[in-house]
Amino acid sequence: MEKNVQQFPPFREPQAPAVHEEHGHHGHDEHHHDEHHEHAEPGFITKYIFSTDHKVIGIQYGLMSLLFMLFGFGLMLLMRWQIAHPGKAVPLFGPVLEKMLGQMASGGVISPELYNSFGAMHGTIMVFLGVVPLAFAAFGNYVVPLMIGAPDMTFPRINMASFHAFFLGGVVMLVSFFVPGGAAQAGWTSYSPLATTIPTNGQAFWLVGMVLLITSSLLGAVNFIATIIQLRAPGMTWMRLPFFVWAQFVTAFILLLAFPPLEAAGLLQLMDNVAHTSFFLPTGLAVGGRLADISGGGSPLLWQHLFWFLGHPEVYVLILPAMGIVCEVIANNTRKPIWGYKSLVYSALFVGFLSFIVWAHHMYMTGMGQTIATFFQTTTMIISIPSVIILTCLFISLWGGSIRINTPMLFVLGFLPMFGIGGLTGLPLGLAAADLYLHDTYYIIAHFHYVVAPGTIFALFAGVYYWFPKMTGRRMNEFWGRVHFWCSFVFMNIVFMPMFMQGIKGMLRRMSDGGANYSAARVPGAIDTLPDSVMHLNTTILWAAIGLGIAQIPFIINLFYSIYHGEKVNSNNPWGATTLEWQTPTPPPHGNFTVEPQVARGPYEYSVPGAAKDFTPQNEAGGPPAPATHAH
Amino acid sequence: MSESHSVNIKGTIRLCSVVLLVIICTTAMMIGISFAQLTWPLKVTFILSVAVINAFLVASYLMHLLSEKKMVFTVLAFTVFFFAGLLGLTLWAMADFPVGTTH
Amino acid sequence: MEIPYTTQVRPDTGLYNAKLGIWLFLASEVMLFGGLFSAYVLLRVGSPEGFWPHGWLSVTLGTVNTLILALSAITTLLAWVACKVNDFRQFKLFHGLTLVLALSFLCIKSYEYHDKWIHYEIHLKDGRIADGHLEEQDEKTVTISGRIIPGDQEQLLYDLRAQKSIPRDEIKLDRSNILKMENYGPRHNTFTAIYFTMTGLHALHILGGCVVIGFLWGPGSRMWKTDHARFTNRIEISGLFWHFVDLVWIFLFPVLYLT
Repeated sequence: MEKNVQQFPPFREPQAPAVHEEHGHHGHDEHHHDEHHEHAEPGFITKYIFSTDHKVIGIQYGLMSLLFMLFGFGLMLLMRWQIAHPGKAVPLFGPVLEKMLGQMASGGVISPELYNSFGAMHGTIMVFLGVVPLAFAAFGNYVVPLMIGAPDMTFPRINMASFHAFFLGGVVMLVSFFVPGGAAQAGWTSYSPLATTIPTNGQAFWLVGMVLLITSSLLGAVNFIATIIQLRAPGMTWMRLPFFVWAQFVTAFILLLAFPPLEAAGLLQLMDNVAHTSFFLPTGLAVGGRLADISGGGSPLLWQHLFWFLGHPEVYVLILPAMGIVCEVIANNTRKPIWGYKSLVYSALFVGFLSFIVWAHHMYMTGMGQTIATFFQTTTMIISIPSVIILTCLFISLWGGSIRINTPMLFVLGFLPMFGIGGLTGLPLGLAAADLYLHDTYYIIAHFHYVVAPGTIFALFAGVYYWFPKMTGRRMNEFWGRVHFWCSFVFMNIVFMPMFMQGIKGMLRRMSDGGANYSAARVPGAIDTLPDSVMHLNTTILWAAIGLGIAQIPFIINLFYSIYHGEKVNSNNPWGATTLEWQTPTPPPHGNFTVEPQVARGPYEYSVPGAAKDFTPQNEAGGPPAPATHAH
Repeated sequence: MSESHSVNIKGTIRLCSVVLLVIICTTAMMIGISFAQLTWPLKVTFILSVAVINAFLVASYLMHLLSEKKMVFTVLAFTVFFFAGLLGLTLWAMADFPVGTTH
Repeated sequence: MEIPYTTQVRPDTGLYNAKLGIWLFLASEVMLFGGLFSAYVLLRVGSPEGFWPHGWLSVTLGTVNTLILALSAITTLLAWVACKVNDFRQFKLFHGLTLVLALSFLCIKSYEYHDKWIHYEIHLKDGRIADGHLEEQDEKTVTISGRIIPGDQEQLLYDLRAQKSIPRDEIKLDRSNILKMENYGPRHNTFTAIYFTMTGLHALHILGGCVVIGFLWGPGSRMWKTDHARFTNRIEISGLFWHFVDLVWIFLFPVLYLT
């Protein structure tokens, strides 16, 4: 087991004895290896497309979501060009756009409608097809069963179905660019009645795509919760779970219970679009100056409530897994236990719980009454407490550690202040009075991008660099990893920091010309004019965004090059980690563990005084006795 | 499996007939109330309370929720709480608008 | 390593995997229908006084469907018990009954849908409203069997019981007199919209249940011999889903038909 280092492709079954034991049970157990016959080398399709192995599914999710993130990033670059140089043809890609999208990009210029499409799809793709699948489904699928000492997810075929639903949803979203009228244009929040009255079929595609993605998340969430509850290895008590598993557990519950109301809302809006009902369309709605031919009687605010009932918990879906990754990397690279493990766990649970009752702080602009606004301001302020506790625990964990600075650790060290900025700038938005001014300006864009882009996505990069050796048996190049980090870090800040200023100066978001007309229409020197210094920042941001794009090239090359040519790891546990995923063969075979691990200690036993090494794996015998909650 | 009730078809049929009988009665009651001369809020309250009894029967006996484990209850309790939050807070938000505005 | 607890229960939770899985799934279903019920409540509360329809749906058919579903819930339970006492004949009988009941539910439901589909509200140019089931139509005329409601009593449309004061009749209308003609489809008003959406989603669940029950009754029942414990669990799991579908109907019936 020690020296069992495998070459790529990483999913080959090693000839470990445990695998052969399964043959005795073929007759009555068709559930989890009917697609896998260990002797006959499975074909490409069964192995990589119809696989039920949680590790393959994790990697499928990972690659798909990275691709979608790149695509979403591309949309953003096009939008930034349009903002900095409104009405000018896009260089290089202009003719391609015109050829693919026709009239909407005539002359290679991004029309306002196309800009709206890109805006809506950038948000949708980044959130639902990029970050959530990468953070929750990809890392969760690959790492969680390994961390808890399970052979696979509880329902491997449902797991596969979940990926296929995700894939289909992604395809539907992409196809929507090419339907008459173009992709959805009503923003990623898809507010009614705008979403119903814009004449494009893309909206219906968007809704169908969302229903598929929600179904995928739902299947995934059921699977994750059941896995974490049912398949923990003997001795793996709740308080011995690595924090990453806890984070995924809470995330799964959020997805399970917050997503369905949006699915319901999606179905209702689909009915509005396709069957011409009026769930979200008010009486007397006028479109283009004429009374719309609808029955009316619906409520646009109902959509917002149902949307944000998911929308806010979704923020924690984005951030919790990232915090989990950060926690693992910090413990591993500071070589000391995480400070305040229990506080972290209870904070995560509390965040998950509270995230269901704060949603209307996205809706102060709807003119809600004082009482209800006070309620939501209060819960919003309360929910910031556990978030701060989590961040504080992570910061204090650095204290006094002999920190190993490697690429994953660099990204994590970048995450901490960046997420801090994102979180703290969110506080004014949680208070109705400040929110009324800042909402719908670039301030809000800067705020949530600080949370998600240099926050969550940095943590996800850390995760890729950190678990890459487990997935392939090779490390990613350290030098190019550092280049990737420093360039990303610098450009990321140049992109988003100026937006705070633009927002505070009053630059509105969602304007396809970046506020050029708005600014010019005002009398020069008047109070609410956007000064040139603010408008010029658009150019700065554009070039920084291009730089950010270029900074990802080393990562992409490094990722694929290292699969075949990276430095081989010389043990199953190259980082000297304590958690169970490093105590398997590398890469782990189908079924994961050669012997069922017996967990004897907590997740972060680094530098224990008197121990032989500076880390003690969870399955090393001789730990304190488990509290007698789990008789196996 | 750890089912607490004894397993035999005859006993189950007896339990089921009782449940079915009660469901028939409660359904008849709901229909009766719907024809009664009451104001709508009262009517809705009465009818829904009877429906809750009905649902309780199905959940606790047919879905044998009564003998279910703590884990299941915890999950369901959270679900019901969040549903109540969704409905209650949305209703509250829709009812609480500054004077003189419409929505 | 194999996946444990597929049939045995895990000691500390007292559950086998699929049992936990189905309850988690049902929890999310509660939130799904919860979202729709919330929408229903808000639409109803927000509708102007006297314009929320009462009595538009046939209570008789609704009651029959309620009883059909209750009965089918009981037969699924009996099928599961038959599995546990190892009586294959009884299992086939009860599970087959469930399937038949489920299909008859769907038949009645589609009859109700059809009934709404051919029900028209016709605004005439003189301000009166003709309301009833379409009998026949050609290029010149439309014949319905229903009532003519005076223009100043439009509220009567929303209360079928009060409408009965006007006698029902066969009415022949000239197309040139018709201002607007619309059937009671989803777009008619928010009540028909939520009615079709909620019962439609519920019917989809019934259809899904039929597929699963049909599979377990037919080809899936081969597992009876090969892995009896697991098959019994499958019947229990599918039964739990089926009971949930019944539970949703228990609320849909009073909410849509009675109040």
